[in-house]
Amino acid sequence: MPEISRAEVAHLATLARIDLSDAELDHLAPQLSVILESVASINGVAGDDVPPTSHALPLTNVFREDVVVPGLTAEEALSGAPAAEGHRFSVPRILGEEQ
Amino acid sequence: MTSIRSTAAELVQALADGSTTSVELTQLHLDRIAAVDTTADGRGVHAFLHVDGEGALAQAAESDVRRARGEVRGPLDGVPIAVKDVLTTRGLPTTCGSKILEGWIPPYDATVVARLRAAGLPILGKTNMDEFAMGSSTEHSAYGPTRNPWDLDRIPGGSGGGSAAAVAAFEAPLAIGTDTGGSIRQPGAVTGTVGVKPTYGGVSRYGLVALANSLDQAGPVTRTVLDAAMLHDLIGGHDPRDSTSIQQAWPSFTEAAKAGATGDMSGVKVGVITELAGEGWQAGVMARFQESVDLLVKAGAEVVEVSCPSFVHALAAYYLILPAEASSNLAKFDAMRYGLRVVPDGDPSAEEVMRATRDAGFGDEVKRRIILGTYALSSGYYDAYYGQAQKIRTLISRDFEAAFASVDVLVSPTAPTTAFKLGEKLDDPMAMYLNDLATIPANLAGVPGISVPNGLADEDGLPSGFQVLAPALADDRVYRVGAALEAMYAEQWGGPLLDRAPGLETE
Repeated sequence: MPEISRAEVAHLATLARIDLSDAELDHLAPQLSVILESVASINGVAGDDVPPTSHALPLTNVFREDVVVPGLTAEEALSGAPAAEGHRFSVPRILGEEQ
Repeated sequence: MTSIRSTAAELVQALADGSTTSVELTQLHLDRIAAVDTTADGRGVHAFLHVDGEGALAQAAESDVRRARGEVRGPLDGVPIAVKDVLTTRGLPTTCGSKILEGWIPPYDATVVARLRAAGLPILGKTNMDEFAMGSSTEHSAYGPTRNPWDLDRIPGGSGGGSAAAVAAFEAPLAIGTDTGGSIRQPGAVTGTVGVKPTYGGVSRYGLVALANSLDQAGPVTRTVLDAAMLHDLIGGHDPRDSTSIQQAWPSFTEAAKAGATGDMSGVKVGVITELAGEGWQAGVMARFQESVDLLVKAGAEVVEVSCPSFVHALAAYYLILPAEASSNLAKFDAMRYGLRVVPDGDPSAEEVMRATRDAGFGDEVKRRIILGTYALSSGYYDAYYGQAQKIRTLISRDFEAAFASVDVLVSPTAPTTAFKLGEKLDDPMAMYLNDLATIPANLAGVPGISVPNGLADEDGLPSGFQVLAPALADDRVYRVGAALEAMYAEQWGGPLLDRAPGLETE
C-alpha cells in the first residue's frame, strides 16, 4: 500500500520548487497518503497489451501556414514582469557563490 | 419586455426588433451584479472577481451604433456575457483564482474571448473559480468562495462556480466556462443551469490557462439549451493557434437545439450507464434521473442499460493524469516573467525566489496536486501510476466506443449529490474529488457532454442535473436530446426550474 512519508513530501516539494513550512508538511503528507491509497486501485487493471492514451485526439505534427503573423511587442511581453531592465526580464542571480 | 430573466435568445429578438438596446441590457445586468454580487453582510453571490462596467458599456454602445447602421455582426451582437477568469482578456485582469496572478493584465486575448469581442458581445467581467480550476466547489479560489444562489450557505459547484452562479443569479444571460473533469457540467447541475463540455478540440484552448491540457475544454454556461447552442456556434471551430483544434466544419448546434425542442425523440437510442449509480448517489438525485429517463421514453426514445466497466477506474486515472499534467503546466509560474515575485531576505538565488514565490502564491489544493503530480511522474513510480492511468484512459475510450456502437447517446446524473454546504468537504480532498465521478469519463475520452436541470431533490429542495454524452464530434446530439428534455420539463413545470429558486434578498 503506498505510504508517503513526510520526508518524501519534502523531497517532492523541492523538486517542484515549493517551500513548504513544517505545518504544511504535517498537513499534506497524510492527505497525499489517502489520495494515493485511493488511486492505487488502478494497479494491474490494464495489462501490457493495452496501449497508453496521452491524448483524446490522435494528432501528430500539426503545422500552421508558414506566414508572418504579428506577435507581442517587447513592451507587451514585459508588461507583466515583476522586474524588467532595458527591454529584458530582470531576474535574481542564477548561480550560487560557490558555483 | 426584456428583463434579467430573459434568455439570450429572447434578448437577441428584442435587440432585433428594437425594443431594447445593448446599453440598456448591459446596464440592467451591471445593476443586478451591483445588487447581489457583493453585499454589506458579506453574503453576496460573489460570482465575479472583476467587473468591467465601463468597458462593457462602451462595447454595448458600439454594438448599438452598428445595429443602427445595419452592420450587426451576428445574432448575439450586443448580448452581454461573463467570462471565467481562466481565459486571458487583453486589458482585463486574469487571475485564475490565484494569488500568484493577482493583478496580472494579459497582453493578449484568448481565441474564445477574441471571438466574443469580434461578434460584439459586451464582456461584463471575469468570474470566480477554484484556483487554476482545481476543485468542485469554488472554495479553492484565493479570493473567497462563490455562493449558490439557491442557498447562499452552499457551494455553486466548481471549478466554474462563478460562471454558473452568474447565470443562475441573473447577473449575466451567458457565460463561458471550462471543463477539465466536470467544471462546466457539475456547477450547472447544482445551480439549476445548463452547461456544455464540447468535444475536445471543438473550441480553441489558445489563451485558456492550462490545468491539464489533454483534458481542458472551454464551453457555454447558460440558462437554456438553445442559448448554449447559439454560444457554442459562436465560439467553436478551428483555430490555427491551437494545435489540438479540430479542423472540420461543424453542423449548426442552434438548429440541433431547435429540432430537439419539438420534443420528438423517436428513433433515438439512449443508453443508461449502469456504473454511474449505487452507493454514494443521493436518492433524490436518482429519483429525478429516473423521471428524466421515463420522459425520454415517453417522447419516443428507446432506452437500454449499457455497462461501461472501466468507468469505475476513471476517477483514479484522472487524479493521476490531471496532477501530472498540472504539475508540469504550473512550472511556468516561476516569478520571472509574470505574476508574483517573493524575494526572501539576503541575496537569494533565482531558485530560492521561485520556491518562496510558489509557496506564497499557490493555495493548498494547488500544492497538493503539484506534489501528487511530481510524485506520479517521478522515476520508479511513473509506470505504476502515470503509465497505468494512461492505459485506463484507453480502456475508457474503448468503453465509449463499444457503447456508442449500440446507442446514440449515454445518460447519467451529472453529479452524485446536490450542492453541499460551504466548508463541508474543504479539507477532505477525496470526498471533494468524488463529485466528479460522472463527468470525468467524458474528459478522459474527449467526448461531448451537457448537463440539463431536471428538478429538485426531495431531501433538500436543491437542483439536480441530467447528463447526456455523445460520441466525439457529435455535439449536435447533446443539444438535441438536452433541448427535448428541457422542453418536456418546461411544459410539466409551467416554466424554467430557476423560477422556483428563492429570490435573493434585494428582490
